[in-house]
Amino acid sequence: MFGPSEMEINLGPQHPSTHGVLRLKLKLDGERIVHTDPVIGYLHRGCEKLGEDRTYLQTMVYTDRMDYVAAFSENLVYIEAVEKLLGVEAPPRAQYMRVVLAELQRIASHLLWLATHALDIGAMTVFLYTFREREMILDLFEAYCGARLTLSAVRPGGMYQDFPEGFADETRRFCDILPERLDDYHQLLTTNRIWRERTQGVGVIAGDVALDYGVTGPCLRGSGVDYDIRKAIPYSVYPELEFDVPLGSTGDTYDRYLCRMEEMRQSRRIVLQALDQMPDGPIQTKVPKRIKPPKGEVYHVNEGPRGELGVYLISDGTESAYRCRFRSPCFVNLQALPEMAQGHLVADIIALIGTLDIVLGCIDR
Amino acid sequence: MSDNDTNHDDVQVPEPVPPRSLVRLREVRGDDLQEVEEGEVPIVRVKPERIEDVCRFLKEDPDCRMELLSDLSGVDMIALDRPEPRFDVVYHLFSLASGERMTLKAAVGENEEIPTVSTVWRTANWHEREAFDMFGIRFAGHPDLRRILMPDEFDAHPLRKDFPLEGRAKDHGYWRRPEDERGRSES
Repeated sequence: MFGPSEMEINLGPQHPSTHGVLRLKLKLDGERIVHTDPVIGYLHRGCEKLGEDRTYLQTMVYTDRMDYVAAFSENLVYIEAVEKLLGVEAPPRAQYMRVVLAELQRIASHLLWLATHALDIGAMTVFLYTFREREMILDLFEAYCGARLTLSAVRPGGMYQDFPEGFADETRRFCDILPERLDDYHQLLTTNRIWRERTQGVGVIAGDVALDYGVTGPCLRGSGVDYDIRKAIPYSVYPELEFDVPLGSTGDTYDRYLCRMEEMRQSRRIVLQALDQMPDGPIQTKVPKRIKPPKGEVYHVNEGPRGELGVYLISDGTESAYRCRFRSPCFVNLQALPEMAQGHLVADIIALIGTLDIVLGCIDR
Repeated sequence: MSDNDTNHDDVQVPEPVPPRSLVRLREVRGDDLQEVEEGEVPIVRVKPERIEDVCRFLKEDPDCRMELLSDLSGVDMIALDRPEPRFDVVYHLFSLASGERMTLKAAVGENEEIPTVSTVWRTANWHEREAFDMFGIRFAGHPDLRRILMPDEFDAHPLRKDFPLEGRAKDHGYWRRPEDERGRSES
């Protein structure tokens, strides 16, 4: 039922600020949002069905295409799940390499988030700066494996090749530059009055409500809930590395912004430690050429840049998974959007889509 | 526990201690469980009609506190080891307080319903919509059981094992109208 000043409008699916093909059915009372109904599925390619048809290694390249701005994190969680099924573990050097790449990927992903989030709200300059730094990370990826976005460099039981000569030095050089560049972004935004007014108090979600919605990652930590899988369910070599988990307090868009900004600094810390501690040695354990895990099932989670990346695999003893399920953090986080948008202005929904940091490829799979 | 407890004569290899949440669940809700597989993450098969109560217990009991429903998904069991009932609904739970994890499973047939858990965790709402969309599993009491990824008018459930990978003949060119199809064959 519609009141006298109520109407329903479509935002998207073709809209630059929806970060892909997201359609929102907004019910408005004047300029206030009464109800939001996200319509998704425009990018549904059936990754889960494909994962049940292709072999384990063939499916790995599909994981790239889900969260295409953090492809390495998706590769990693999938391959770690396969390793658990197989009962193998990558050698220490490969583990450290994975951490280096995963944290670089997190920085790259957060830089892209910052760029688009600020651009949506109207701060054009930040976009140009962050892309300059993101480019450096993509160049590092290219130097490592030839691909800039879809890395596919992890293999069950190891990595496909060692870092090339000079990779560690170049990575350190990037880590040297990053802090001052982060200070630049802070100077542009953190104390900027327009930025603060557009983000403070917008999209407030309490910690327990966020948890009830299954929200994870920086969106949950912005509400003050200390849940980072790297600490809570440690995997790979994260227990050996020192880093802090930044937490927000009010759970608004501004807090989530501060959390992600600090996460980039922490990721840089992790990268530097991992490079220092990385042992020499093999990068691949012996794994049969045809990957046929024994019957069984595994649910494995990683901390992706957007939250909890989960993979649920059931093996029936053949070369392809019987059930291949991807738990997408974006899909789950988007579900909290109607709650966050309630009562805000239409213009704020753009800030909210930005703060959730959604990738439609990850949502629709 | 006193020190004497450990001084048995026939000392055996200590059995791994089951997680506290599992002990509590067995104690209080033992009648609702069908089968428990212990391991790193215990897998508990729950009587389907009791799933909502068991989930609410696990979330609210101070010793379990499974506040996070990490994932909920369907599985088509037809080609695995059990043709009937056809589907499993799998719940992955996590407790932030204790760090314990648990997997729940409940079986549901093709024409049956299983109680929704979206009343326990709001996150289950979309997961259950997806399980309905992909497998045709119906959740009783779900507030909004619509398709979520496939188009509303789609008439099959694509993750079922009997749905062909590349779709049925009639799904090819799903977004093309019949008249477009005619135009193509003539040219």
